[in-house]
Amino acid sequence: MRDREKEENFITTVASLFRGNAQLRVGTIILLIALIVALIVPVFSSYNFYQNDLDLGTVPPDIDHFFGTDDLGRDLLVRCMWGLRISLLIGICATCVSIFIGVFYGAAAGYIGGKTDALMMRIVDMLYAYPFIFFVIILMVIFGRNIFLLFAALGAVEWLTISRIVRGQVLSLKNRDFIKAARVSGCPTLKIIFLHLIPNCFGPIIIYTALTVPTIIMEESFLSFLGLGVQAPMASLGSLISDGVGYMETSPWMLVFPGVILCLVLFSLNYIPEGLRKKIDPVR
Amino acid sequence: MLKLIITRLFQSLITLFLIITFSFFMMRVAPGGPFDSERKLPPEIEANIKAKYKLDQPLVSQYLGYLSDIMKGDLGLSFRYQNYTVNELLYEGMKVSLTLGSLALLFALLIGVPLGIIGSQREESILDHLIVSTTILGISIPNFVLGPVLVMLFAILIPIFPAGGLDSFGSYVLPVFTLSIYYLSYITRLTRIGFIGIKRREFILTARAKGLSEPVIIFRHMLRGGILPLVSYLGPAAAGIITGSIVIEKIFNVPGIGQHFVQGALNRDYTLVMGVVVFYSTLIITFNFLIDLVYLVLDPQVKYK
Repeated sequence: MRDREKEENFITTVASLFRGNAQLRVGTIILLIALIVALIVPVFSSYNFYQNDLDLGTVPPDIDHFFGTDDLGRDLLVRCMWGLRISLLIGICATCVSIFIGVFYGAAAGYIGGKTDALMMRIVDMLYAYPFIFFVIILMVIFGRNIFLLFAALGAVEWLTISRIVRGQVLSLKNRDFIKAARVSGCPTLKIIFLHLIPNCFGPIIIYTALTVPTIIMEESFLSFLGLGVQAPMASLGSLISDGVGYMETSPWMLVFPGVILCLVLFSLNYIPEGLRKKIDPVR
Repeated sequence: MLKLIITRLFQSLITLFLIITFSFFMMRVAPGGPFDSERKLPPEIEANIKAKYKLDQPLVSQYLGYLSDIMKGDLGLSFRYQNYTVNELLYEGMKVSLTLGSLALLFALLIGVPLGIIGSQREESILDHLIVSTTILGISIPNFVLGPVLVMLFAILIPIFPAGGLDSFGSYVLPVFTLSIYYLSYITRLTRIGFIGIKRREFILTARAKGLSEPVIIFRHMLRGGILPLVSYLGPAAAGIITGSIVIEKIFNVPGIGQHFVQGALNRDYTLVMGVVVFYSTLIITFNFLIDLVYLVLDPQVKYK
């Protein structure tokens, strides 16, 4: 009985979040369509992402190949969907890495306070304006272009803002009565941070997580565009665009389709936090 | 105030030192050297090459030597482009990259700030919604998609601008526009949010009650506080524009530093890559230091503390 009440409560909360919030609705719908299409199309298509058909060469979009084919006669629709999968996967995994580092670092700095906090935040300040993508490029070149390294590297450079946000929240929370009560009753520090402080920062954390995913997808595509990210025959949207640029005069569809898909996904991912922010953080 | 400035200066130097050290050792622990090739070199020649680039010395003395060279402003010899020093390569590329970058940043500021102010003053109007949506679109279109599309439209279909190179005024239009559009959008959003945050404050209410005209309120009273978020974003923006210019240089075939960097990294041209990293870090750190100073001047809360 109680569970059901809770469930209904959750559904109504989500429903009220979407009501009267066009930005959130539009963003979520585009994203869901992209996700479903990316998951389903490769399963039902008779083509796969690596099979060449050199006799075919580049074919403009037609009934057999909705998006046409690339220079090696591979079906572009399937390649785009695989690219979308990879881009989303990297976006989500690397975001998790960055949120994990950022939340923990920020919460620790805010909770410990004093000199440690000042030092930890100065480190963040110092790292902030550094063009980290340089380090990611060096890393990719030195240690090989490996997709797991890509998760870690991108995640490891995107945690700075989230740590600042969480620290600010923790600072304002830590002198509240319920934290004092926890401390007085002998709750260990780590438990206070994980059980009492971090859950109370979820609002901003969620908004910022939603903002980090498109940033990371953009960075991954950027690296793949330069030929430093996902390696052939696997494709990400960035590497597809990079291929497309080479053939844009003769076969523009090779550039247009992956480009439009990437823009749509990034647009919806940027729209969602905009809508969320209106609900969760009405001041801004 | 002076003490604060000196502390910042000191911190900037430490940051630079750490970045140099970190990059140096990261490049050296990497497996595979710059002179590894299919054909094995005779040992005497290899020894000679290593001696020329001081690779035969122990790591620590290489590091100290590098540090003292940097102090003198010498970034060493390029491993790959024989007979070129890194300084020469950097100087050639820098002219191009910095022109592109600063034009893009200037363009973004000149258009973005007024747009943001307009949006904030007409909050929730149709114009404001249009600005917000357009800027979201602006930050969603990666420059490596926008660039080729613009080339396709304005250089191939309707040939009004050249597709590459940087030899005439017209040839700057597409690269600068492509590079700046993300930052233009972001700056518009930050300015808008900054001004919205400040326009409900009591001192603005007072100014209104005094009957001051709208332009006076905006430029004398709001501007200072309203652009603070923007000022602190300029550091990351400069870093981002530098990174973005790597792609722009590739798309528009412009011989800037970005090209050197990617090529250098792929060729394991350690000295060149280090040179780019050191040069850009110095540039960005200096820039950030200046921004900190501007921030001190602008923010009354920091000033009177």
